[in-house]
Amino acid sequence: MSWVSKTLSSTLGQKVLMALTGLFLILFLVVHLAGNLQLLFPDGGESFNKYAANMANNPLIRVVSIGNFAFILIHVIYSIILTKRNKQSRPVAYAVTKPSTNSAWASRNMGILGTIILIFLLVHLKGFYYEIKFGSVPMASYDGEEYKDVFAIVANAYSNILYVAFYVVSMGFLAFHLSHGFASAFQTLGLNHVKYSPLIRKVGLGFSILIPALFALIPLVMFFQNQ
Amino acid sequence: MNLTLKIWRQKNSADKGALKEYKISNISEDMSFLEMLDVLNEELSEKGEDPVHFDHDCREGICGMCSLYIDGKPHGPQQTTTCQLHMRSFKDGDVITIEPWRAKSFPVLKDLVVDRSSFDRIIQAGGYVSVNTGGVPDANEIPISKSIADLAMDAAQCIGCGACVAACKNASAMLFTSAKISQLALLPQGQVERKIRAEKMVAQMDAEGFGACTNTGACEAECPKGISITNIARMNREYFSAIASSDNV
Repeated sequence: MSWVSKTLSSTLGQKVLMALTGLFLILFLVVHLAGNLQLLFPDGGESFNKYAANMANNPLIRVVSIGNFAFILIHVIYSIILTKRNKQSRPVAYAVTKPSTNSAWASRNMGILGTIILIFLLVHLKGFYYEIKFGSVPMASYDGEEYKDVFAIVANAYSNILYVAFYVVSMGFLAFHLSHGFASAFQTLGLNHVKYSPLIRKVGLGFSILIPALFALIPLVMFFQNQ
Repeated sequence: MNLTLKIWRQKNSADKGALKEYKISNISEDMSFLEMLDVLNEELSEKGEDPVHFDHDCREGICGMCSLYIDGKPHGPQQTTTCQLHMRSFKDGDVITIEPWRAKSFPVLKDLVVDRSSFDRIIQAGGYVSVNTGGVPDANEIPISKSIADLAMDAAQCIGCGACVAACKNASAMLFTSAKISQLALLPQGQVERKIRAEKMVAQMDAEGFGACTNTGACEAECPKGISITNIARMNREYFSAIASSDNV
């Protein structure tokens, strides 16, 4: 076995893959949110539709988006490999456990939280990514140029109260996933320091509340605008 | 005080095992937890029954031999070794569940006794210094700061009891392995074998079948010696800098 495959099959190597892909996806969340907040601009979706067209046509964004899908896949695959190993490491369970006395709930349930987020992601991709890329999309025209009216598709989806509720609840699960994942990624990468670790934990907690809250705000606002 | 004990009884490693209930009375709150078990075993012996097997040695909290998963926590409700746990931590009428450490890499030998030789093999893989470091050096002769020496000593406090593995939901041995890697990586004497040590000890830890760390921090919270998970971050740094720069292809 070469040193590369040996490292990637070690628990530490696999953990680092989880941390690096996780941190990339955290970065992606920020970019994604920045774009999505344009949905709330009071211009009938013009800036959002122009942004969406730009994202779809920019070759750099295309490359990053392929990388993004690959990183999601790596994050999921290695979480399955690691979770399987971790379960096998304790074949006989304890009769009595008191896990809440020594660790946070989110830290112990990253697999369940991740699975819920993955289900959300599949519904999300089917509803928007797939529809916009391969479905029939109404067109909007600004200054004589034709754009896919992505805003109309989003607004239509967010007029359904169940869909909005699904989004808001999913963001709650994302918040818990991030509340552990953000700081945990730095620890896994060996970045633990008396000066920076408390700061990373605070920033991570703030991030895990703020970003999902803003994501959840968009469908809520658009739902009530439609009423 | 009078207590009900639910104790894991298992004849040998092949036996399936089960929790068995025992009543015990007239226990003094000044007794240590192990002395309470001694009383139980005396009663069992007098009745001609097989006494409960459990590991113990120094009973001073420094050897790392005692174990026991008491009421859902390794070494019981206090952050100490089981031998330093006293019956004043319990109250009359309590039902106390006592289980062995649970991990694939810590197979049960009998009752509450588990085989922790997987830890020995991790140490044998690299937890040593094989260069000649001479006799006891004069004070301040070794070029090392107090703060670094303190960190090394903190890591060296690990007694290898396995509570970290028992507490971890993944039965991961990373707190133990990282403490052993850290105590030597921080000291000048450990530099010669620094890279190969990190690579070999991590490889042995994986080969023993321990789980991976998910940074829950349960190990640190339950460790009777207060070993910090900053050691795990250091182990990760040591391992990856070794992988990236050593000449072991």
